[in-house]
Amino acid sequence: MNINNEDRINFMGKIEQLSGQKVLSCYQCGKCSAGCPVASAMDILPNQIIRLVQLGDEDVLNCKAIWFCASCFVCASRCPKDIDISKIAESLRSIKLRKVFDYLSIPKIPSEVLAEIPQQGLISSFRKFTSY
Amino acid sequence: MSTKAKNLDNSARKTATFLGIELKELSQWTCCGTVFPLITDNLMPLIAPARILANAEKQGNKLVTICAFCYNVLKRTNVTLKKDRQKKEKISQFLKDEGKEFSGKIQVIHLLELLRDGVGFENIKNKVKKELSSLKIAPYYGCQLLRPAQELQLDDPENPQIMESFLKSISCEVIDTPYKTECCGSYLSVSSEDAALDCSYRILASAIKNGAEAISVSCPLCYFNLDQNQKKIKEKISGFIEIPIFYFTELLSIALGINLGKEIFDLHFVDPRPLFMSKNLI
Repeated sequence: MNINNEDRINFMGKIEQLSGQKVLSCYQCGKCSAGCPVASAMDILPNQIIRLVQLGDEDVLNCKAIWFCASCFVCASRCPKDIDISKIAESLRSIKLRKVFDYLSIPKIPSEVLAEIPQQGLISSFRKFTSY
Repeated sequence: MSTKAKNLDNSARKTATFLGIELKELSQWTCCGTVFPLITDNLMPLIAPARILANAEKQGNKLVTICAFCYNVLKRTNVTLKKDRQKKEKISQFLKDEGKEFSGKIQVIHLLELLRDGVGFENIKNKVKKELSSLKIAPYYGCQLLRPAQELQLDDPENPQIMESFLKSISCEVIDTPYKTECCGSYLSVSSEDAALDCSYRILASAIKNGAEAISVSCPLCYFNLDQNQKKIKEKISGFIEIPIFYFTELLSIALGINLGKEIFDLHFVDPRPLFMSKNLI
């Protein structure tokens, strides 16, 4: 696919600004993906998410992977280039969420989870996965 | 805590009192927000935790958190506002409208740190009334207590030992497991249940494989995921044997001979009574 370099720099710049992370520092070592506890559920891996941002592919906004991030910060703690990938995932999510988009459908939450889960589980998932 | 984590709340308060710690509940407390904001352009999520810190500053010099999520948010907010002058100034403008001020002099610690540094594990050991040496416990940390390590500085993020030291002080046999710092699935239990079940299962299976008879946790969401998810795991994986989950303060209560009441066991999905009875602990 063809990505215009100016568009690439704009998109990557937007993500860098939102996340505060130097996306171009990533040299694709894969430690983030190796440590991610939910990587097996993702359609693309954390290191692939960063690669697509580096390449300016805005289609990365449509991946499912960013909605599986549990903000456990293992990626950030293992990255040899000190990149906090969880912040990059949050930036990508925020671009979608700011366009009035809910990933999590609250009526679809299983009733037994709603009844038993500590409030912090509900609040944190609503803050991460619903529009604000 | 007083609704969905009663066993943590009760056991933490009772053990603190027994050990001579005066825990004064913060007046005018609010929810801390549960998650620390990870993007740079919206400071609103910092207001609630900053307000809590500003309140706490007026009431003491240490803010002890019992919940790992609160610990993560409050400590990170404290560190961020102390380091970033611009953010501190912006947040201070909001707080000023409420007649409050954040100066950064409060220290945010977790109850485990207070037990280690304020009371001392040796002192706890001397107060143990009931020997738990027949219990094989796997300590489980989760993520919010340890990461990001540069900001939290509670313990080594890859191989922490604070809970091990605590468990040894109450004479438990400690079982090390490779998944002790791996995420339990956290809030994915709400949005992507299967992914959270996988995370929880890996931790449980590893603990069982290494010979643990129970797992000790410090976070209400970890407790929910590791305890409650066993119901669904049992349905999906044949031959899965349940393992009770405890808050570290519940184990401390038992060791110190503090009676938490029989109802405490009803708050566990995986009933710990068979384990205790097999060890003549009840």
